[in-house]
Amino acid sequence: MELYYYILEVVLKNLVVISILMLFVAYLTLAERKFLGYLQVRLGPNRVGTWGLLQPIADGIKSFVKEDIIPINADKPVYVIAPIISFVAALSMFAVIPFGDSVTLFGREIKLVIADVDIGILYIFAMGTLGEYGIVLGGWSSGNKYAILGSLRAAAQMISYEVALGLIVIGTIILSGSLRLTEIVEAQRDCWFIVYQPFAFLLYIVAALAELNRTPFDMPESESELASGFNIEYSSMKFALFMIAEYIHLVTVAALTTTLFLGGWLGPVLPGPVWFILKTCLIIFIFIWVRGTYPRMRYDHIMKFGWKFLFPAALANVVITAFIVALR
Amino acid sequence: MAESRYMTINMGPQHPATHGVLRLLLELDGEIIVKAEPHIGYLHRGIEKLAESMTYPQALTLTDRLDYTSALSNNLAYCLAVEKLLDINIPKRAQYLRVLMAELQRIAAHLLWLATHALDLGAMTLLFYAFRERETIMEILELATGARLTPSFIRIGGLASDIPDTFLPRVKAFVEDFPKRMDDYETLLTENIIWKKRTTNIAPMSAEECIQYGVTGPVLRASGVSYDVRKAYPYSSYEDFDFEIPLGRNGDVYDRYLVRLIEMRQSNRIVKQAAEKLPGGPFAAVDAPLVVPPAKEEVGRDIAALIRHFKIMEEGFRPPCGEVYASVESSKGELGFYLISDGTNKPFRMRIRPPSFINLAALPKMIEGQMVADVVAAIGSIDIVLGEIDR
Repeated sequence: MELYYYILEVVLKNLVVISILMLFVAYLTLAERKFLGYLQVRLGPNRVGTWGLLQPIADGIKSFVKEDIIPINADKPVYVIAPIISFVAALSMFAVIPFGDSVTLFGREIKLVIADVDIGILYIFAMGTLGEYGIVLGGWSSGNKYAILGSLRAAAQMISYEVALGLIVIGTIILSGSLRLTEIVEAQRDCWFIVYQPFAFLLYIVAALAELNRTPFDMPESESELASGFNIEYSSMKFALFMIAEYIHLVTVAALTTTLFLGGWLGPVLPGPVWFILKTCLIIFIFIWVRGTYPRMRYDHIMKFGWKFLFPAALANVVITAFIVALR
Repeated sequence: MAESRYMTINMGPQHPATHGVLRLLLELDGEIIVKAEPHIGYLHRGIEKLAESMTYPQALTLTDRLDYTSALSNNLAYCLAVEKLLDINIPKRAQYLRVLMAELQRIAAHLLWLATHALDLGAMTLLFYAFRERETIMEILELATGARLTPSFIRIGGLASDIPDTFLPRVKAFVEDFPKRMDDYETLLTENIIWKKRTTNIAPMSAEECIQYGVTGPVLRASGVSYDVRKAYPYSSYEDFDFEIPLGRNGDVYDRYLVRLIEMRQSNRIVKQAAEKLPGGPFAAVDAPLVVPPAKEEVGRDIAALIRHFKIMEEGFRPPCGEVYASVESSKGELGFYLISDGTNKPFRMRIRPPSFINLAALPKMIEGQMVADVVAAIGSIDIVLGEIDR
């Protein structure tokens, strides 16, 4: 009997989290457009529903009814599977992120995380890297030169930033002594890690922007040079899958930032999940703001910046943190 | 033939960063450009040939469609050429208004350049800021000329009409406001480290190379050559105004950016002076009855005026035989018109010196050895308009 309840609990948790996440992502696209709109002295979407509130739904319907084109030169199986890889990897990343403390419902103690695995951070990086295969394969299999350039850039950029990102995170792991995300959050009960690791926080935001392919590091897409890069040939729902994957990835990285540096669900008065969502939104807000402000960097500058600045800086951060923790 | 190790990609004619229908054939070694070859002609309308079958006043409307971002400068250049042929004097008021409008148009064209150039390099917010100010200029110009893009307002012998009373107050309000807006743009870009990295030492041209290629306009001045038609061969009373010619040092994309920004501020100064010092008097030549059509109220009252109006509109006029060249400093560079008259009412030959075309010729020189991302920076920095290149 206990096993059935357990399975039911997991299935329900999955359903709730996935539906909330998808809804969040749908309205994140609207929020980004609205916010960018206000930054840019215009209104943003305001035709579909009051305040453009039905815009994400309209966009969804549109991507479903558009013609699905597969170019003649494309490597068909890879071309079809690439967006799925991206989407699944992005979605499964969220499984280990804790969005609240445990609650008691119907006499059962339910942890507000889908899977509280003890190598949570490693799992997230593994899934993040897997998602890049989607982009690389998608660009490569399109049979388009711009797409190949885009996916080459994607491969180089994301792999080199992954290294820096991993190193930056080690600082917080040293402080908390665990790879389990719930324990990392619990370790911040007295003081958020952003206080101990302000430098790492800034580095993390920069590396995360690169990891997410967002301005100023939106190389693989770079609208004006590669005419949207790796996804140039994609249309209809395949294109939408890439977009959704990108935005889920964005939410996940923001949620991970919250977990690692801003004390996760911890906060006074309000319940845990509310704090979690507020902090995540704050990080997303910063990402959108950066997009509205900065020009795009050049590919070789990004690589130089990643290896010659971010990587040594992250390494120094690890060493210094380790020394301080050891001396204490 | 052995397989080339270079990848050839075709950039354009439908590409977001080629500013119209420019097509570039790029040979890439990784992301480095080995060879670049611009292909043009996708917007060719045969304007030079068309002009040969039109009377002089009719051909004016063709000039709007050259560099459609600064139609009034094109009008002015053409009118100066025809007026040189006819040897007529333009009243001071018309000259000042021409300067005022050409400079407003220059600001508008540079704003369009700034917006698209920034967008090409990924800074999208500036696009909307720059378009906001450009819209104000368009509204001001529309107030006087009745059109936004193709006004044909500067006519042979003067202007099409006098300006309305509401025109000058709006110009003055804009002139007061604009430097503050410019400061806003500069806070977003000028000292931005990413912007500097993207533009400094990109697509450089030395002064000698610029002169060899015949490059003019901001691209030439960014390389440190002080040549501006407004100063070198003043036309339309530019000698009455106090303004400076900004010069760059390195001739790279960043210097071209700075030169254009300062030019906008200087144009703003000229507009301000022109609006303040604007003399009264007629808006078109009064001593050339065969060229300038009579006033509207006269046409309704006086049969001679009606006939005159009809003749000018139907047949135009017959300038003496001869060849002239007149040029202005348009927003892109030296825009010249070379006209040959055989004594009939239509030009025997109209040759246009389009600055964008000549500047574009220097593009392969600029970008070879640079990276793909620099191509868009370089194209943006020479500020081409395909309407003028293809004609």
